Parts: sequence; C-alpha cells; structure tokens
Amino acid sequence: MIIAKNALPGLLDKLAAEYEVYAPVKQGAYSLYKQICNGAEADFGYVNSKIPPKGILFPQSEKLYSYSVTGEGTSLEECVDTRKKVIFGIRPCDAKSLLLMDNVFNNDKFQDPYYLTRRSNTILVGMACNDPAGTCFCTSMDGGPFDQSGLDLLLTDIGEAYVVEAVSQKGKDLAAALALGAADDSQKAAAAEARESAEVACAVNTVGLKARLDVNFYDPIWEKFHEKCLGCAACTYSCPTCHCFDIVDEAKDCNGCRVRNWDSCMFPLFTLHGSGHNPRTSGKERMRQRIMHKFKYFVDNFNATACVGCGRCIKNCPVNLDVREVLADIRGSEARSDK
Amino acid sequence: MQKLASAIQDMAKKLLEEKKVDLVVGFAGGSLPLRSTPCFIRKPEDAEKLTWDYSCENNLANYLRKREGKVAVVAKGCDVRSIVALINENQVSRDNLYIIGIPCSGMVDRVKADEAVEGKDLLAVEENGGSLILKGKGFSKEVKLDELLHDTCKVCRYGNPVVYDTIIGDTVPDKAEDSFADVAAFESLSPAERRAALAAEFSKCIRCYACRNACPMCYCTECFVDCSSPEWIKKSTDTADNIMFQAGRVFHSAGRCADCGACDRACPMGINLRGMTRKMVKEVKDLFGYETGVGMGEKPALATFTAGDPEPFLVKE
Ligand code: SF4
Ligand code: SF4
Ligand code: SF4
Ligand code: SF4
Repeated sequence: MIIAKNALPGLLDKLAAEYEVYAPVKQGAYSLYKQICNGAEADFGYVNSKIPPKGILFPQSEKLYSYSVTGEGTSLEECVDTRKKVIFGIRPCDAKSLLLMDNVFNNDKFQDPYYLTRRSNTILVGMACNDPAGTCFCTSMDGGPFDQSGLDLLLTDIGEAYVVEAVSQKGKDLAAALALGAADDSQKAAAAEARESAEVACAVNTVGLKARLDVNFYDPIWEKFHEKCLGCAACTYSCPTCHCFDIVDEAKDCNGCRVRNWDSCMFPLFTLHGSGHNPRTSGKERMRQRIMHKFKYFVDNFNATACVGCGRCIKNCPVNLDVREVLADIRGSEARSDK
Repeated sequence: MQKLASAIQDMAKKLLEEKKVDLVVGFAGGSLPLRSTPCFIRKPEDAEKLTWDYSCENNLANYLRKREGKVAVVAKGCDVRSIVALINENQVSRDNLYIIGIPCSGMVDRVKADEAVEGKDLLAVEENGGSLILKGKGFSKEVKLDELLHDTCKVCRYGNPVVYDTIIGDTVPDKAEDSFADVAAFESLSPAERRAALAAEFSKCIRCYACRNACPMCYCTECFVDCSSPEWIKKSTDTADNIMFQAGRVFHSAGRCADCGACDRACPMGINLRGMTRKMVKEVKDLFGYETGVGMGEKPALATFTAGDPEPFLVKE
C-alpha cells in the first residue's frame, strides 16, 4: 500500500477525528511525540524523539483513581483511559520496547489495567529508519531499523511517498478503513532498496555479557562507572524500556487522588526505607542496579534484554556516561565468582 | 588545544608521581561529537587520557566535596568560582585542593549545534580556524565557534581563573561588564507575560533533576523536592510544580550561584534555566554588590549582614 506525502496531513486529520493521534512534533531542535489536532503539526523529519513515546501508554504522571470522603462514606472513581489512540511514526526500537514493557504490566502475577487498557486501544504505525543515528545500536539488541515486532503497520519513506506494510490484523483493518491504494512495483522496489541500504553503524557486542553479570555482582568493576554519574534521571526517563514508578496520594482535605509517577533507580530516594535505612547506599549500587536490571534481571525474568538500543540515554546523559562503554568494560572485566 | 591537553597531562602526571595529590579530576575525550567527559585519574600513566577543548562544559567543582586525600582539579574560570564558593562555605578544604586553572574563552552549546543542523544527527565535527564544520549524513555546515558558545560563556567575565595553584594556557582578554540584557528583557514583561513565558519553558520539564544534581551548590542532603512530610511540592510533573521546583532551587542558591550555567547545560530538555538563575544573580549583585566565588574568604551574601544592606522588603511604601 502507499501513502503519498502530500496526502499525509489530510490522512492524519481523518484519523484525528476518530482517534487520539500522537506523532513527532518539533520542539526547537528536537522532536517529541505529542497529540496532534491536525496533520500539519506532525513533522516526520526526525531521527527519533528526545523522550520515548512510552509515556502515551505509561504516562509520567498518571491519576489511578480519585476519592472523596463525606459524611455518607467514601467514594472512589477509577480513572481508566479507554480512548482510542494511534501512535503515528513510532520507530521500530520504541515499538519493540512496548513488547518488553508488556512483560512487566501483564504477567502471571500482575495485570495492570491502566497500561493494558491503553495498550489494547492503541494502534502502532511504525516508521522504518532509512538513516539510523550514530548512537543507534538496535541491531545489537535483537531489533533493527526495519524491524516489525510489535507494530501494526510499517511505513517506509521512499521520497515522495510512504510504502505501507500491514503487520497485524489491527493494521490491516486500519489500512482498509483509510482505503489506502496499492503500491506499484517500482515503489515496492524503492522500499526494498531503502531497507537494503539502511545501515546501523554502531554495534555493541553482548556475547558473554549475561554470563558475566551472573557472577560479577561483587566485582570491583562497579567501583568506577558511577564516579562521574550525577544520579539524575535523564537516562532512565529517556529510556523506552525503563518502567519503574512510585505511587503517591495527592490529597486536599477530604478529596484526593492516587497518582503513579515515573521513578528512577538512579535516585537515592528510590530505595530509601521509611526507617531511614537505604540498602543502595551509593551511586555504585544504583548504577549496578540499572545495568543489572536491563541486562541480567530482565533476562532472568522475561528472557529478553531490557534495552532496545535506541541510544537516548547516551545522547541525554549530562556527563556522557555511555552505556555502550559500560557494557564493553563489563565484558572485558575479569569475572569474579567468589562471595 | 592539543598543546594545552599535553601540558595538562604533564602536570597531572607530575603531581601524581610526586605524590602531591592522590587524584586528578579532569576531562577525557567523550563518545559523541562536541562531548568530553569528566574523568578521574589516580595513576601517573593514566594522565594521558586527559584532554582539553571547547567541549569541556561540565563544572568539575561538583566532584570535589567529601573527598578523602589530596585532589587536583582541572578548572576553567566558572569551575574556579564554584570552587571558591564551596571553600567559602566550608565544603571543600583549600589545603587539600590543587587547582590547575585553565583560562577559558567559552564552551560549545550542543543545543545550538543541534539547532544549526536542524536537529539532524551530528556525526562528526572538524575545526577550521575559528569555525567548526558540523557533519552528518548528507550535510556539512560551517558555523563560527563564537556563535555556538553557551550564552553563559558569552557574558562571562571570569574566564581567567580567580584562584589557582598553577595556570596552563594563555590569559583570555577581559570582557565588558555584564549588562544582564536577558534579565532586563524578562523583567520588562507584564506579570501575565512572565507567567506565560515560564509556563511555556517549564511545561517541558521531566523532573529528571539533572539540573539540581549538576549544580555544585545544590548539595543539601535532602532536597526540598524529595521531602514527603511535609510535601513541599507535588511529585508529579505539573507545570506549576515544575516552576516551583526551579524557583525553590534558585532561591536556595541566592548569593551562592556563580552563574556557571551547569544546570542549564545538564538539562536534557534544553530548558532555559539561566533565565531564573541569572535573575537571582543580578538581584544579589544589585542589592549587595556581591558576586559569588570571586573572592576567597568572603562570606556568602546571605550569610552575613552589614549595616548598609538594603532592606526594601521591610519598607512599606
Ligand atoms: S538503555 Fe539506553 S539505549 Fe537502551 S533502550 Fe534504554 S535509553 Fe535506549
Ligand atoms: S543520565 Fe548520566 S548522570 Fe544522569 S543518572 Fe544517568 S548515567 Fe548518571
Ligand atoms: S534538568 Fe531540565 S528537565 Fe530535568 S528537572 Fe531540571 S529543568 Fe526539568
Ligand atoms: S544554579 Fe546553575 S548557574 Fe548557578 S551555580 Fe548552580 S549550576 Fe551554576
């Protein structure tokens, strides 16, 4: 199927009549996924967004329910967002990250209705990466610039138009509803060529990484990574797979709501107990946790690495602490299995 | 720049070899274009990792508190002002510190570089006289280095370190008095316009606290934003609370902020934080004639009192 570029704004307008449409929007030199009211707001001249689109399904601050206490008793109102959404132009790495997040919010022990309701009401229209960024390493993380995992539709930019492939039934239905025309052979060939020539220049060798992490919890190597780290959340909040949260009550008098906010393992407060004790006493333990969670614990729990190689943490870290270098160092370190 | 880097390496090596210091905090080459990264050198043979150029933007004063032993730091003008402020607040001991001062003519603002190439992916940067050539897939753009400098650096009058044990590099020329034109422009707005301008800026905040954590002067054991009883501000990202967070931070650094711009540089969302921090810097300068971190042994403006201090807030007009 095909979408001519000049027809895209109109098509987004049409979608916006029925769905909440999220698309990349320019904010200064950067792009962010924002809800658009008309197609002209979207700007597809983006490498990837500054902050991942995960917040559309798992908002940074999310009201779970509101409550009020009166003489008659207590009333609760749950806030489950059932609006239909389309994320238009999501990159393959970010779509894959949602598959990883599904493990967390939907498993034997827990099913999170807030996330899952949004998830099932959301259509993911992917945009293949003809020109991956220098910090992208998706191909090392079981993905790729044309990877279709998790997507409903995949668009490929061929200059004047986008060639559209339906990946799922949801995608097929949407394409049918939009009455997309068929791509001709030369357009299909152009898309195939774009796929062929898309190059992810950066590779991160992960062979043996998990085996190292299995035994190096007490390795002295953890002494060094955190030394320059500021302990902020620029890395975790810009990571499409980071999913930790904190729950707080925001109340005034007898009315209030329970809110879920993103939290970060890089903050000392993250593990501070009510008693005042903090089991992760320094940046060392926190940095170790971040790496371990992504490259060991998540693998232990869900048989997948919690990194899709989007490179955002690399670009956004204020002190250039590069996860690729951390991983390379760990692989090269002497594993210590004692203790 | 190459010459500077090797002079820094030699100095670091010498200090470590002669056991004058146990640690040298400086910059190493980074993993991205226009990026250096803080580094910690403990062995003389590692000194060769040290570098110096226009991408050494972090304020290394941030790494000097609570250090054991003797430490040397590679410090540009603004780092030194923060160091002086920390010494004056008894956070760093002058006796245990060796300052390798570097006269600085400015650091590159990566946000400006990104804007210059319209957000395209920057892959390499080459120097060409007073210009930088920004390169990526399908583009190459030459921009004057001066145009890429941080706004902080453009008005900074303390590029030459005010205190040092040794100085490496040529003194940079003096600059005219800072006119605070940016602050004046903000002040000239109506209250509603000011509120709108702040809201537009701080609606972008993701509360990652990189600004706070990058600031050498933000060293409270418990930050007011992290406190939950009482809860001074909400933990959720609400624009009004984002503004409150920043306003609280700025008030807490009144007379302590050296206008180094580290907070602004750290912000991943490219939020203009200097609008607020500089308003306070100007206020302190106008009211108390005080500039932070330019005089060793000075009492911070708000930690002292003189009979001549203006107290306009006590006067009912
Ligand atoms: S760890 Fe970094 S590179 Fe990996 S998915 Fe998260 S932000 Fe992207
Ligand atoms: S973004 Fe960088 S400085 Fe901030 S917590 Fe992550 S690694 Fe540390
Ligand atoms: S660094 Fe920027 S985004 Fe992060 S908390 Fe500070 S102002 Fe907000
Ligand atoms: S508030 Fe910002 S400009 Fe002021 S000292 Fe702290 S980091 Fe530097």
